Amino acid sequence: MEPVTRVEGRAYPWGAKNIDTDIIIPARWLKTTTREGLGQGAFESVRAEPGNVFDDPRYAGAPVLIAGENFGCGSSREHAAWALGDMGVKAVIAPSFSDIFSGNAFKNGIVAVVLPQEAIDRLVEVARDNPVTVDLETMTVTTPFQDRFTFAMDPFRRDCLMQGLDEIGMTLARDQAIGGYEANVAQGRPWLSAAAGNAPGRAAA
Amino acid sequence: MASRPLTLYEKIWADHVVERRDDGTCLIYIDRHLVHEVTSPQAFAGLRAAGRPVRRPDLTLAVPDHNLPTTARLDAEGNRLPIADPAGASQLAALERNAPEFGIRYIDAVAAEQGIVHVVGPEQGFTLPGTTLVCGDSHTSAHGALGALAFGIGTSEVEHVLATQTLLLQQSKTMEVRIEGTLGFGVGPKDVALAIVGRLGAAGGTGYVLEYTGSVIRDMSVEGRLTVANMSIEAGARSGLIAPDDKTFAYLQGRPMAPKGADWDRAVAYWRSLATDPGATYDATIVIDAADISPSLTWGTSPEDVVAITDVVPDPDSFADPAKRTAARKSLDYMGLEPGTRMQEIPVENIFIGSCTNSRIEDLRAAAEVLRGRRIADGVRQALVVPGSGLVKRQAEAEGLDRVFTDAGFEWREPGCSMCLGMNPDRVPAGERCASTSNRNFVGRQGPGARTHLVSPVMAAAAAVTGRLTDVRSLMGK
Ligand code: SF4
Repeated sequence: MEPVTRVEGRAYPWGAKNIDTDIIIPARWLKTTTREGLGQGAFESVRAEPGNVFDDPRYAGAPVLIAGENFGCGSSREHAAWALGDMGVKAVIAPSFSDIFSGNAFKNGIVAVVLPQEAIDRLVEVARDNPVTVDLETMTVTTPFQDRFTFAMDPFRRDCLMQGLDEIGMTLARDQAIGGYEANVAQGRPWLSAAAGNAPGRAAA
Repeated sequence: MASRPLTLYEKIWADHVVERRDDGTCLIYIDRHLVHEVTSPQAFAGLRAAGRPVRRPDLTLAVPDHNLPTTARLDAEGNRLPIADPAGASQLAALERNAPEFGIRYIDAVAAEQGIVHVVGPEQGFTLPGTTLVCGDSHTSAHGALGALAFGIGTSEVEHVLATQTLLLQQSKTMEVRIEGTLGFGVGPKDVALAIVGRLGAAGGTGYVLEYTGSVIRDMSVEGRLTVANMSIEAGARSGLIAPDDKTFAYLQGRPMAPKGADWDRAVAYWRSLATDPGATYDATIVIDAADISPSLTWGTSPEDVVAITDVVPDPDSFADPAKRTAARKSLDYMGLEPGTRMQEIPVENIFIGSCTNSRIEDLRAAAEVLRGRRIADGVRQALVVPGSGLVKRQAEAEGLDRVFTDAGFEWREPGCSMCLGMNPDRVPAGERCASTSNRNFVGRQGPGARTHLVSPVMAAAAAVTGRLTDVRSLMGK
């Protein structure tokens, strides 16, 4: 994963609430077997409306998206994060995110910034004509004016984002602990493992 | 023991912590992993690229469901029929290749056991109480009906679980959702689920694991509980739990992948110990009186947009929250509805009985009961019944339910997700309306421009008969 410290540039001044994953990327785009190219399908239904922010040339390729509360609700499809990444979005700022979406965003190096509604209102206004900056070092969102909004983030997530760490590699390094846990379970709850003859076996390949 | 009383969730969580980090994040062991064709190709590709094996293929089960057409899968000679959509076919081919390559058991598209992941898991006894169970699909919450801590994950997490059999998680808050009383005639588990989502709102459960309690849940069958837990995610909660009880054990005993013999007895003893202790506290509690739950349905494009069938389309101005007012206006515009219209006057052209919410045998029995001796109305252009699995289909056929449906004018299909989402050929045409037993009424969910009303199986059947949204109680003369 690419490390990310600062995301700076134009921002889609959107602010829409309860944007579900079907709006971010409609189901018909989910039939891919790769992570690339989904930007084309992103916000398809929104883009069908004339004058939408996503087709406004002022925000073309903007790395920041400003949205309303409960962004990314709905399905678990990681395609939502891939679609945002593919359209060049590196940070989403909203008053709240669905749990699954914020996890998916994080795993794809997209910074999900939670700020109160007043900050969002202000940012939407400023972003119409000005860039914004999300800085993980200082944990702030700033504008060319006096605005400076601080946000909080899980320190682990922040580290991973800033160092571009591969989460699977880090967990695999805990192999001993995982193996130890498995050995305990094999004793204490033997019915859980295939050895007990009840869990699904290996495929007869 | 003198230890603090714990909730069901806290007990399952504690038994799955591999390691706890200083910041409170835990490495949680995953006991069961269901894989389907849509959210797994990129995960397997990631493993292959990094040269990583699947840590516990024996705890993983793969089955295709989302993309599969629900029309006949075999020709007269028993050969597999091709899938017309090349993208869907390639996802399916990827799973068919990936499962054996990584040593994972695969239930193929024409196996009798094939079905929607969330129907197959419990049916096979793959889903067990007290386990952690994940799947790259948000309605994984359904499995919580058996007392499994079950939740949907994204594809990167699918890859993480395949490689490590663990996930890094923060402990959730808990919310007790207590439903007390007795459900009235025509009111079923789906109405309970809609009532909960309507009450909590689409984000009300965010950050919480719900635990469903109360006499309504205790009296409910395991299949009904699966319907309720399934829709936890529509209230924003990744998981919904129900304490395993004798009904759960009776449901599981003898299922192909459930424990046997001495293991079974040990397992049951453990499962009994999981119920929330007296005196344990939840972070929040809501109480719903069964008497307040009517046959319900949605009017808008969020599952929280719930009204009773006897109600009218709400006026957007009646909502206190300005954001909700705007959203309601947009919803009504999309749905082609006027405020004040009686729900029962709204005509429907499509009926869908299926999805992981309502495609089990009890759902089909209930719908068939309404349809027996009746016909679908002239205005209904498309009426599908899609059993949740091949085994449900077989059982229904043994009971003659397929004939009840086809005699009424329904199409009897092969198992899969079908019209629940616009990914396979089953769609609601743009601008048309569907009474659907699925779980999401989002814009475009059943196809671009499709207008969805979420209902129970009996309400879908009643709507089929009259050609409009209908109070099943009046149709059945109660
Ligand atoms: S039936 Fe619908 S909700 Fe259930 S798994 Fe399939 S697509 Fe998802």
